[in-house]
Amino acid sequence: MKSYQALRTAPNPDHAVVRGPGEVEVHLQVNGESRTTTIEPRVSLLDALRDRLELTGTKKGCNQGACGACTVWVDGRRVLSCLTLAITCENREVTTIEGLSDGDTLHPMQQAFLDCDAFQCGYCTPGQIMSAVALLAEGHAGDDTEIREWMSGNICRCAAYPHIRTAVRRVRDQGGRGDASR
Amino acid sequence: MRPVSYSRATDVATAIGAVSADPESTFLAGGTTQVDLLRIYVEQPRRLVDINDLPLNRIEELPGGGLRLGGLARMSDVAEEPELVRRYPMVAEALLLGASPQLRNMATIAGNLLQRVRCSYFRDVAAGCNKRAPGTGCSAIDGVNRGHAVLGTSDCCIATHPSDLGVALVALDAVVQTEGPAGQRNIPIDDFFLLPGQTPEREHPLTHGELVTGIDLPPTPAAATSRYIKIRDRESYEFALASVAVAMSVAGGRITEIRLALGGVATKPWRARRAERLLDGAPATTESFARAAEAELAPAVPHAMNAFKIELARRTMVRALESMARREGTA
Repeated sequence: MKSYQALRTAPNPDHAVVRGPGEVEVHLQVNGESRTTTIEPRVSLLDALRDRLELTGTKKGCNQGACGACTVWVDGRRVLSCLTLAITCENREVTTIEGLSDGDTLHPMQQAFLDCDAFQCGYCTPGQIMSAVALLAEGHAGDDTEIREWMSGNICRCAAYPHIRTAVRRVRDQGGRGDASR
Repeated sequence: MRPVSYSRATDVATAIGAVSADPESTFLAGGTTQVDLLRIYVEQPRRLVDINDLPLNRIEELPGGGLRLGGLARMSDVAEEPELVRRYPMVAEALLLGASPQLRNMATIAGNLLQRVRCSYFRDVAAGCNKRAPGTGCSAIDGVNRGHAVLGTSDCCIATHPSDLGVALVALDAVVQTEGPAGQRNIPIDDFFLLPGQTPEREHPLTHGELVTGIDLPPTPAAATSRYIKIRDRESYEFALASVAVAMSVAGGRITEIRLALGGVATKPWRARRAERLLDGAPATTESFARAAEAELAPAVPHAMNAFKIELARRTMVRALESMARREGTA
């Protein structure tokens, strides 16, 4: 039977010690770079990214796990950074919207969102794109019904949903890969 | 959120030892309910013991044809496990009809069973709530209670149990494996969820520091054609107003095996035992299904805004049973 153990990297023995509740040094891997920040254990990954690491592409919408605006990848899987404590991401690989493009060259999904007019105000867009790329990797973009269901964790208050689905279909039909590689 | 200290446990014994030694500590797994409740001061531990590195995320064969789901297996991984989909489709369906893809990547199987209610008064620390603050009254009984339970309620609490997975598991007679300071235990799933009664703050028979290590699904041939049907206000990413987990075998037009449970309408995942007793051996007809659904909902207690759930649950049960009968080729 399949084991999911391989999804987790080996723990660092140093982490068995109790840290906090005051500020502690936390070492993160974000978009392929090692980053160190000094935060309390209660700080969310979302707040650490935005307020400490100056990666403000990830958006804070509801801050309670209901809207999907804060979607990032941890170890390649899409998750909600508002419900993830940053300190729990040590020894994991975090990818944000800033990690998708290759310099000034956009990821195909970012380009498709522009070309298909897949947003209005744009606030939910980074989360939508992080979900959309993951969706293709997961293999759940077969038809519009499936795209709608598997994108349902990303709310768009402007209701740009039809154009978002168009963008997802376009990248899917171009054979777009569901990862950050180009 | 109150300040918390943090440690990451690397083995089960260390995790249990760390939590059981400190009454103000708690395990942290997927965090999808917990971090939210920490942030709004509904839960206020002083120490989090991160258990995400513990080797409890496997899905394994059990001797005799069952499956063991590791307590830390993620909802998304369990839902796509081929042997689970083949043998217990209602479990996979219940998982995929819950939460969102992001939350399913985070949330664990054990955490799903331990998730807290979504009653708005439970979440509001300024409101009376016997579950959050025993003795402060239930604001929902005379409040906004459209989403609340009609079965298994008490004069202390009418909050609906939110889990979809739990509904499928009670239909299957799953067994919860735990490990704690006093050793290992097997808890039948129906005993794992407590009715609110006069102690709604107590939801599970777990001691402090006792960890859910796994969930055993017994071999259940009838479950291979099982279903989970969920009715809700919107099509996706929403809790159930009423849901049904059903497995049924039919021979010669009569029901030879029936497993039936309800979600969205009760204070715990609700095994529909009254209905099962009426259906066992009965003709697999709409008349039988309607009679059984009627009997199951007979003890239901509505409040001002949720009486519709009684009829909704009846209809959902009949629809689920009819769809199973059609699949069995007898109706």
